[in-house]
Amino acid sequence: MSAPATSERAATTRTRLDPAEVPAGLPRWAYLPAVGGGLFVVLPLVAMGTRVDWSNYGGLVTSESARSALALSLQTATASTLLCLVLGIPMALVLARGRFPGQHLLRSLVLVPLVLPPVVGGVALLSTFGRRGLLGESMEVLGLQIAFSTTAVVLAQSFVALPFLVVSLEGSLRTAGERYDVVAASLGASPATVLRRVTLPLVWPGLVSGTVLAFARALGEFGATITFAGSLQGVTRTLPLEVYLQRETDPDAAVALSLLLVAVAVVVIAATHHRGAGGAAR
Amino acid sequence: MTAALPRRTTRATAALAVAASAAVALTACSTGSAATSDGEVDTTLTVFAAASLTAAFDETAADFEADHPGVDVRLSLAGSSSLVAQIQQGAPADVVATADTATMNTLVADDLVDAPEPFATNTLEIVVPPGNPTGIANLQDLTDPGLNLVVCAPEVPCGAATTAVVDHAGLTLQPVSEEQSVTDVLGKVTAGEADAGLVYVTDVARAGDRVEGVAFDESAAAVNTYPIAMVDRSGQTPDQADLAQQFVDAVLSPDGQAVLADLGFAAP
Repeated sequence: MSAPATSERAATTRTRLDPAEVPAGLPRWAYLPAVGGGLFVVLPLVAMGTRVDWSNYGGLVTSESARSALALSLQTATASTLLCLVLGIPMALVLARGRFPGQHLLRSLVLVPLVLPPVVGGVALLSTFGRRGLLGESMEVLGLQIAFSTTAVVLAQSFVALPFLVVSLEGSLRTAGERYDVVAASLGASPATVLRRVTLPLVWPGLVSGTVLAFARALGEFGATITFAGSLQGVTRTLPLEVYLQRETDPDAAVALSLLLVAVAVVVIAATHHRGAGGAAR
Repeated sequence: MTAALPRRTTRATAALAVAASAAVALTACSTGSAATSDGEVDTTLTVFAAASLTAAFDETAADFEADHPGVDVRLSLAGSSSLVAQIQQGAPADVVATADTATMNTLVADDLVDAPEPFATNTLEIVVPPGNPTGIANLQDLTDPGLNLVVCAPEVPCGAATTAVVDHAGLTLQPVSEEQSVTDVLGKVTAGEADAGLVYVTDVARAGDRVEGVAFDESAAAVNTYPIAMVDRSGQTPDQADLAQQFVDAVLSPDGQAVLADLGFAAP
């Protein structure tokens, strides 16, 4: 199989890898499946774009239910991302820097939500926070009800998004290594100072990309939300749930909203990837 | 104290690769061949049916396969709107049965089916956890604002029926969730998350001891009729078209109707 040299050069300039590394480890045949894979990702999005009723697009995405769903999605995804940061940074630190028995097992467990179908995650969350769940009963006594509330949406989104942040940050922490941490500590810095002044700045690109991944995952969350949180406009019906519901009666609106969701995701990823990718440790 | 130097890719990446390849292997296993043991190749009849028909059509399909050796009935069960959308996109269905006439009529309008026949009806019922802990006796009781009430979204057929019944009674409900399907409503009640829900009589029957049903007079305002029809599709063999007609006849036959009646459906 011989690809024309011109197309190879064109493809090379398009990739964002370090140019010095490209030729040595990149066999020509790799372009065929790579281009096929690229089309596989891009084509469905383009196809969806061709289905959009552009003349009515504005009306379709600014209906009351659409605006309410978009606002709820952005709010809950932001809240989930913050929760993921608060829990995920310490988790990644412990997994990457800590030394304790069962560390490997723990790391695998943290990854479970990545491979779990979200609807199973929703069932698991129900068993925990539902009214008859492990913690739900005690919370009911305290007058707290999580099911059918916006809190349930945030919990569902955080559950599926957290591993993305932890994996990304933990990888960066391991790649960065502990050399600078040790040097800083030997100069008298406390662990907290080392974390703030040395470790986190070193892994910043990894933290940013992990945060973006977590946000994007939270924004797209569907299965766990519909299973665990329910679906009510302005309370629990996020944009993906609205898309799924509109499909029933108004396919045009569903496509228009889908495109809106894609646009939001692309903007978020592009904005942060642009800043974060430069020094990304690989 | 020596510092640990980075020397390998993370285990997380490796774990993910393993998980991904396992997923591929599992998917590959799920596509099986369909040849009978005596070497005769099956004729496959694909029946698209509303999710609420699951139990009824499972039984009718099993009877049909017993009466027609070499025929494999594949049931595709989903919400009526999803079924209609799939058929409009060219899904290879031979027979379609929906949970309301409105969704079926969109297929008639698109010339994808001809002459649907009504074969069952269904009405709404209040569903509550066993023992009826909140003491729901009628539709009026569902307006209690302290109640965790779950209904279908107005966009789906069971929600349209809910709206019709509630409007007819002159009431306003304040549900905590408007679910995508009647199964989701039932699931919220059986899971104990909801205090009450509005589902079909047949859903209450299907759930057995896990729930209780409370019938109410206003349900007569929305009687759902289930139509069944053969699908005109390209690539259908004469055999399949013939079998499709026979399957429709089987559903309409006294035996087929008895199966439906056992599960709580009323005759059209």
